[in-house]
Amino acid sequence: MNWLPVFLAFGVIGALGTLCGVMLTAADKKFAVQSDERWQQVRQALGGANCGACGYSGCNAYAEAIVAGKARIYACPSANTEAIAAAMGMQLESPIPMKAYVRCQGNRGNTKERYIYDGYQSCVTAATMAGGPKMCCYACLGLGDCEKVCPFGAISIQNGVAVVDEFRCVGCGNCARYCPRHAIELKPAASKVYVKCNNGTLGRTTRAHCIKSCIGCGACAKKCPQQAIEIKNGHAVVDYSRCDDCLACLSVCPSWCIVTEQDWR
Amino acid sequence: MKKIKNAHEGKGPTREQPTRAYSPARVVIPVQLHLGAPSEPCVKAGERVRLGQVVATPMGGLGLPVHASVSGTVTAIEDRIQFGGLPVRCIVIENDGLDEWVELTPLGDVETVPAESIIPAIRDAGICGMGGATFPTHAKLTIPEGKHCDTVIVNGAECETHLTSDFRLMLEQPLRIVDGLRAVMRALGVERGVIAVEDNKPEAVAALMACAEGRAGVSVVVMPTKYPQGSEKQLIKAVTDREVPAFKLPIDVHTVVVNVATAAAIADAVTLGKPLVERITTVTGCVREPGNLLLRIGTLFQDAINACGGYSQQPGKIIAGGAMTGICAPDDQVSVGKGSGGILVMNVREAKTDQEQPCIRCARCAEVCPIGLDPFLIKYYCDHEDYDGAEEHHVMECMMCGCCAYICPSRRWLTTSFRTARQVISARRREEK
Repeated sequence: MNWLPVFLAFGVIGALGTLCGVMLTAADKKFAVQSDERWQQVRQALGGANCGACGYSGCNAYAEAIVAGKARIYACPSANTEAIAAAMGMQLESPIPMKAYVRCQGNRGNTKERYIYDGYQSCVTAATMAGGPKMCCYACLGLGDCEKVCPFGAISIQNGVAVVDEFRCVGCGNCARYCPRHAIELKPAASKVYVKCNNGTLGRTTRAHCIKSCIGCGACAKKCPQQAIEIKNGHAVVDYSRCDDCLACLSVCPSWCIVTEQDWR
Repeated sequence: MKKIKNAHEGKGPTREQPTRAYSPARVVIPVQLHLGAPSEPCVKAGERVRLGQVVATPMGGLGLPVHASVSGTVTAIEDRIQFGGLPVRCIVIENDGLDEWVELTPLGDVETVPAESIIPAIRDAGICGMGGATFPTHAKLTIPEGKHCDTVIVNGAECETHLTSDFRLMLEQPLRIVDGLRAVMRALGVERGVIAVEDNKPEAVAALMACAEGRAGVSVVVMPTKYPQGSEKQLIKAVTDREVPAFKLPIDVHTVVVNVATAAAIADAVTLGKPLVERITTVTGCVREPGNLLLRIGTLFQDAINACGGYSQQPGKIIAGGAMTGICAPDDQVSVGKGSGGILVMNVREAKTDQEQPCIRCARCAEVCPIGLDPFLIKYYCDHEDYDGAEEHHVMECMMCGCCAYICPSRRWLTTSFRTARQVISARRREEK
């Protein structure tokens, strides 16, 4: 039997294999993609449901934004925040659970209408049309941009004003980012005090537009034992780090715009 | 690009109406008449002002002074709702009917004044783009480092429906337009000046040609009538055959475009030293005597409509500008600004909006889009709040001409949803900065 072709075949294949191996090793070294190790760690700490609650298109994009330093690490409600903080070498703040709330009670009964808006059903468009369809040009427009962007179905439009369902809200802040009037804000979930007005004008002007508007009288600020309330830009603003939920401010408000949860539901 | 056939022009009722001057009993002048930072009021309530006096001083580089458009007494400085989202500070002046001018300092003839004194005079006269954009003209004429300009185009296309104010100006005062063009050409050191007019205004072309005779470098170009030819980029393409790339300015193709009304205001600022206090506005639609009025800046829409005989039917919608690109006013208590070329009153039936029907994918919108976008595709992204997708399909280049929404057989609200998308995207960009 002639063994030469057999050895030749083994030799050629072996040599080719070795050559390819050397080339692949060289290519791997030369064209290596620099990947951030932290990305893997951050990505694993996220929920992985691609819900979009963080405001990014899926978990991968959010992890990228965290690694690039563009995003806060608390935006994902289901993430293992401690693991992310460890991966990023950050100090973990103790995150206070937040809930969104709408700073407006301007529903059809309370606020007058400026004109009938039957255009494109989007708050962004309506807000730029000559002060919006409601007389108060700081009011919730009630066309439901926030309702559309809420990934948890926590917002509904009731009688022309957005209402947050606090049991469903996870405090992602998507709605607050989208609202063209900045009428939605996040507040600590535990606190019971809500300032339900967002106006930035004089008391007499806003009073003519809405019966439940903050007129900036400052009665709540005087009454507050913790000095947690001040009048900023025409309306009362609560410093939740000082507020101890004594609810003294509720009784003095002449226009029922400082309320607790039970009152406005 | 396909031409929209049988577009209802609506210019008939006001085309043959000569311009009438009208001075209201009271003007409400917003401090933000231009694109840029609002000016700061420098008069107090109760003070007496003369016609042309500066009542608000400019803030920042794009700022412009605001002038009193009547002589009389300032009665209030208050916040009022105008077209934008938030209230604007307005100066209310009660007219005493004397029209007492402040001391004017004319620079002299446009052919002999020093070229470097023209642009400061334009700024001090408070002139901004009177075609509707209200961009400060002095900023437009200040050419950035490293760029040059070889053509000045005066935009007399007036392709917008219903409006005839530019047409009447060209017909009645062609000399002011040619003077204004010469002033801009001298300020920029440009040899070629073109006045571009559409061929549905032959009288205006004849008047301008008679005036342009013997003026160095000035020519009149007649273009076919076509909407939206009055848009800056489309006009440059039609006149010089140069295409302005996306997100670039006309100066990048060595061209500057000014509106005819702006050119006339520039001529006044240079030869007479007059600030911009009045403009021609077409009042048309459901009014008893539609016409062209020479209105003071800050005239309330209500006064302008009453000067035309009042409403002839129950008004449903009042639009500042033409039917295609105009902005809807909340009521008739808003003021005529520097860019208000027209006031169009629609009755209740005309103002009714149609219900959106599903897209039938006929692609007529893509056929008529003057810049070659795919409106049906962008609309799909907008409907699903996928603004990143809309941006990928160039929604930011859309110029809001309204051709797609006009032609759509399903009456889809294409242009409105693109405006929303643009607002959301630019808000996001501001946030990222």
